[in-house]
Amino acid sequence: MRVSIFITCLCDIFSPHVGKHTVEILERFGCEVDFPELQTCCGQPAYNSGFFKESKEAMKQMMRAFKDSEYVVGPSGSCVGMLKEYPNLFKGDPEWEEEARKLADKSYELTQFLVDVLKIVDVGSTFKGKVTYHPSCHMTRLLGVNEAPITLLKHIDGVELIELPVKEDCCGFGGTFAVKNAAISEEMVTEKSQHVTETKAEYLVGGDMGCLFNIGGKMQREGKKVEVVHIAEILNTIG
Amino acid sequence: MGLKLNESAYKERVQKGIEDDFMRKAVSSAQGRFRTRKKIQEEALGNWEDWRRLGEEIRKHTVENLDYYLQQLSDQVSKRGGNVFFASTAEEANEYIQNVIQKKKAKKVVKSKSMVTEEISLNRALEQIGAEVVESDLGEWILQLDEEPPSHIVAPALHKDREKIRETFAEKRGYTGTDTPEELAAFARSQLRKDFLSADVGITGCNFAIAESGTITLVTNEGNAEMVTALPDTLITVMGMERIVPTWEEMEVLVSLLTRSAVGQKLTSYITAYTGVRSEDEIDGPNEYHLVIVDNGRSNILGTEFQAALHCIRCAACINACPVYRHVGGHAYNSIYPGPIGAVLSPLLGGYDDFKELPYASSLCGACTEACPVKIPLHELLIKHRQIIVEKEKAAPLTEKIGMKGYAKWASSPAAYQLSTKMARLALSPWTNDDTIENGPGPLKEWTNSRNFPAPSKQSFRTWFKEREKRGGAS
Ligand code: SF4
Repeated sequence: MRVSIFITCLCDIFSPHVGKHTVEILERFGCEVDFPELQTCCGQPAYNSGFFKESKEAMKQMMRAFKDSEYVVGPSGSCVGMLKEYPNLFKGDPEWEEEARKLADKSYELTQFLVDVLKIVDVGSTFKGKVTYHPSCHMTRLLGVNEAPITLLKHIDGVELIELPVKEDCCGFGGTFAVKNAAISEEMVTEKSQHVTETKAEYLVGGDMGCLFNIGGKMQREGKKVEVVHIAEILNTIG
Repeated sequence: MGLKLNESAYKERVQKGIEDDFMRKAVSSAQGRFRTRKKIQEEALGNWEDWRRLGEEIRKHTVENLDYYLQQLSDQVSKRGGNVFFASTAEEANEYIQNVIQKKKAKKVVKSKSMVTEEISLNRALEQIGAEVVESDLGEWILQLDEEPPSHIVAPALHKDREKIRETFAEKRGYTGTDTPEELAAFARSQLRKDFLSADVGITGCNFAIAESGTITLVTNEGNAEMVTALPDTLITVMGMERIVPTWEEMEVLVSLLTRSAVGQKLTSYITAYTGVRSEDEIDGPNEYHLVIVDNGRSNILGTEFQAALHCIRCAACINACPVYRHVGGHAYNSIYPGPIGAVLSPLLGGYDDFKELPYASSLCGACTEACPVKIPLHELLIKHRQIIVEKEKAAPLTEKIGMKGYAKWASSPAAYQLSTKMARLALSPWTNDDTIENGPGPLKEWTNSRNFPAPSKQSFRTWFKEREKRGGAS
């Protein structure tokens, strides 16, 4: 099975280790992994700000980049969710409509791909620790991925999974929201950080780097010791 | 007051909300209660998603055929001895109601809870002609005593706790009891009873008007609407033009979605229904009846990409689910309609000049859309507003416009993008300490005021991948 990595611009620049773990997991389960170099950003920062024309420039670039891919897999519910929106945005555009649909159909978030396509529930990870999981809003509400990450975490022997209180509440990231409405965003992330503390978990795990930067950045500033990790890292801890 | 509450600036309102600990505690605990109860009721009903789809279908069909159903409603009400008035603006509605009251030489008007009368500032219009207005809904009555606008569309005094309410009663009405809800309610009841008996005119809002029979239905937990509709000689209904259902059958579905979503109840304690004037075989009801159907900007929404906003049944589930609302409270929106639905509706009814910040007061987390019992894609409509603000209103800040132009170039050019992955670390190095940015430049400043931001990695993923390939791929 041929899988193209959709790294997302955040992971590409700030968290390449998440990409490395993603590649290694996929290869471990027999995928032939490639990295289409023409890829950039999914277009979400501009789209969510109402700059549709500008966001479509990014989207077209992504469609060109993944034209020949069989599967597209990325370590982010939010960015993959954006790819899934392309068909709506290019509806009626004779040049791009078909491409948009094709890309949306073959794109998956990492845990979704592992569970739904590869049918894996036990990745063989040896990770140990008390873990709480933050289900990011776009992963669950827009992409509809709710169970896959939990299923994978539950099958790791060493993981003690503690439920995050009011886990469905947004952490306050929201892309440009965190800058435009920084004061409100701060209150939201403060609340999330308190909830994480209540769990007494050693690790906060999530599937979207944006949210993890936000929560992690807050907890670091507060001097809290919880370690913030992307789920790919947990799934790829072997030996 | 009207749709817009006052002239204060957005940032100040937000700050004021954030600093109001009392309000935040009250809002947060109310949200928690409403959300938990709603979830229990969704599960008890079963097939919640099917019910939502049905609700959406009913609203969509009704709004698509609004002209037909409004005509039918109007015919039915006339047939039952009522007068129907279509008001295209708030002023027209107020003038009509003022006339009715002046003709009756009425002194006292008793009202049940109605958002549309808040929207058109009816109370002020009535006071102008010397009529005394009494709000009979407990929450509205508290706010009337305090001269405050509602902060929530279902529980208007949500921002107040029991202690605050006790203080208000003590200060304004000489109350000497405790802050237990029962005692507070009993006091309000005794005070309001006199007003019910002496009122000349009753005014209600409308949850669902039933087109086939010309009936107005009201959903309450206090039974005050029963009194408002039964006792006064003259009765006036004020309804937004979209508050309509074709038949009783659809009403049953929507009312069940409404009460479950609004307060997590299978059904509220009272569903009041009344039709036209008192007929000969009825023992109560008005001798004179007026239905005022308010447009006030709604018909401009018909046929636009925002039409779904007219599907709203005002349950406030989106407000109860909203984390932004939780932290800033209803008054920060500066609209009679706060929260996600308010952020969608207010710019449509009141224009972007007054409400341009509201579409951005959302992290686009989608909690509102998920909560909405009639599946209005609220967060998508917020993005549509942003698009209009950028493309049609040309009102995006200059820095953002320049930034987004740059973004488009960057994201559509792999070469420019690749270069940036190489340069990012260096560019941010003056602000970087130990791989962390604690006091960032430009747009990062707002972020790093309250939290850290990571420094770009030494090596980008793409460089790593390329080198790995050179080494022969997987090791
Ligand atoms: S938009 Fe939906 S959830 Fe919000 S008040 Fe209206 S019907 Fe209720």
